[in-house]
Amino acid sequence: MQITPEEVKKIASLARLGISDEEVGKFSIQLSDILSHAKMLDEVDTSNVEPIAQITGLQDVFFGDDVNDCEFAEKLLEQSPMDIQDNMIKVKNVF
Amino acid sequence: MINLSISQANEGLKTKKFSSVELTQAYLDRIKATDEKLNSYITVTNEIALQQAKKADSNGVFENPLAGIPMSLKDIICTAGIKTTASSKMLENFVPPYNAHVYDRLLGAGSVLLGKVNCDQFAMGSSTEHSYFGVTKNPWDLERVSGGSSGGSSASVAADLCAFSIGTDTGGSIRQPASLCSCVGLKVSYGRVPREGVISYASSFDTVGTFAKTVEDAALVLNVIAGKSERDATTPDVKVPDYTQFLKEDLNGVKIGIPKEYYGEGVDKETIDVINKGVETLKGLGAEIIDVSLPLTKYAIPAYYLLVKSEGSTNMARYDGIKYSHTTDQAKDLEEIYMKSRKEGFGDEVKRTIMLGTYCLSAGYYDAFYLKAAKVRALMKKEYEEVFAQVDALITPTSPFPAFKIGDKIDDPLAMYAADILTVPAGICGLPGLSVPAGFSASGLPIGMQILANQYKEENLFAVGNAFEKATEWHTKKPNI
Repeated sequence: MQITPEEVKKIASLARLGISDEEVGKFSIQLSDILSHAKMLDEVDTSNVEPIAQITGLQDVFFGDDVNDCEFAEKLLEQSPMDIQDNMIKVKNVF
Repeated sequence: MINLSISQANEGLKTKKFSSVELTQAYLDRIKATDEKLNSYITVTNEIALQQAKKADSNGVFENPLAGIPMSLKDIICTAGIKTTASSKMLENFVPPYNAHVYDRLLGAGSVLLGKVNCDQFAMGSSTEHSYFGVTKNPWDLERVSGGSSGGSSASVAADLCAFSIGTDTGGSIRQPASLCSCVGLKVSYGRVPREGVISYASSFDTVGTFAKTVEDAALVLNVIAGKSERDATTPDVKVPDYTQFLKEDLNGVKIGIPKEYYGEGVDKETIDVINKGVETLKGLGAEIIDVSLPLTKYAIPAYYLLVKSEGSTNMARYDGIKYSHTTDQAKDLEEIYMKSRKEGFGDEVKRTIMLGTYCLSAGYYDAFYLKAAKVRALMKKEYEEVFAQVDALITPTSPFPAFKIGDKIDDPLAMYAADILTVPAGICGLPGLSVPAGFSASGLPIGMQILANQYKEENLFAVGNAFEKATEWHTKKPNI
């Protein structure tokens, strides 16, 4: 299983992760190794097996649809490194 | 008094042998004197600790065993007004506006916060070498790792820099460092302790548990932190018993399984010898020893990393350079903020998680990797359920080898992942596990014994763990630091 430098760049761009040229080379090798190792799962017969993403079987947990005050809204905004204007985070231009 | 167990310290507080302020000050002095060598704390909360201790003293009632008892918290557990860094540059200056529910429960019991301890960045790693704030050294040998990801927790408990610590375990991050530093480490069943306010790695695996000096202490802490939470919908409504009721001294009628796959290739012979001796001790206490087999164990590592890296990559998406902490000053537009802030703010293993997870979740590879692993997970769960129909607990080594040298595995991610081979199955299957001190290697490094039980059967861990601890003296050995 070979992950090419081009694929590494494509994944990084999809994940919005800036990476250096050196990292492109390193991840190309490491991801290839890791995913090749993972191919050993093909030995396991999983036909007719339902995949699970939840391990305790808990289902449909309901809470009341109550409106509560959020006493730390301001503090949450303070966490942003961006400028705040009218209780909104001001971000840079999209284009 | 810093080497007292929680129950001993509670006795001292009740009988006014010492105050919580004195106890807290003793730990703060100890941290000041020794932590330069270990690097277990990222933030020491001197003033807050003394205020909380004063409050516990003025209340004067120490009915709750954790009242006035000083602890450390892994630095991914949110503490209002106190920096919570996830050991990362990304959250280097993050000050949460609210407490994790687990911290609120501990405050409710009257515990005292000494500070926030080191871990691998965003809990991704097995050695704390991935911390932005440097590695935590092993108190038994300063050239070796303290394990991970909760290595600051294990080192701080083993070296008496706190009475107990709260950590998290996704695939071994409590049990393995406890084993490497010689303390008791409890991973709970998935959902037994609320995760709200605990910075996420892999949401269907992450659990919050404790490090302690004795099995009884771990039970006392779990009594306080366990149970359904309105703030975490994944905590089921399963009754929380008084776990101290299950601290047995003999094991008559207890069935213990020995899964042969945990004693195979890649596990040090010295480690196996120590665990075999431990099993003999359990047999002597009356346990019935039964050989069992869990053949899917050899697939645990790939199934584990495909799933947690996938979940981890989605959890890391929230760090966008806009809502929290680190942002780049090099961006011209929105997309550059994302790309550059994440490049600058994340360490090597977090980047690997994002890359691997994004790949496994991409349209073309989802079936071959993520979904395949999720199916293997379903099969593994079934396999463990079948074994737990026959036995009350399983005994295995916790780590395939004792603490490794700093730098030994840092450039080889697959070797680092493989270090978790004996702990990841419990993460995959949502099982509780306990690592207890079981002996030492010839060179004097601690070796832990892992006890595993079925989901929501933590009491079985305490029964077996306590009987073993009472019959041995390994937990009384202390590093010379």
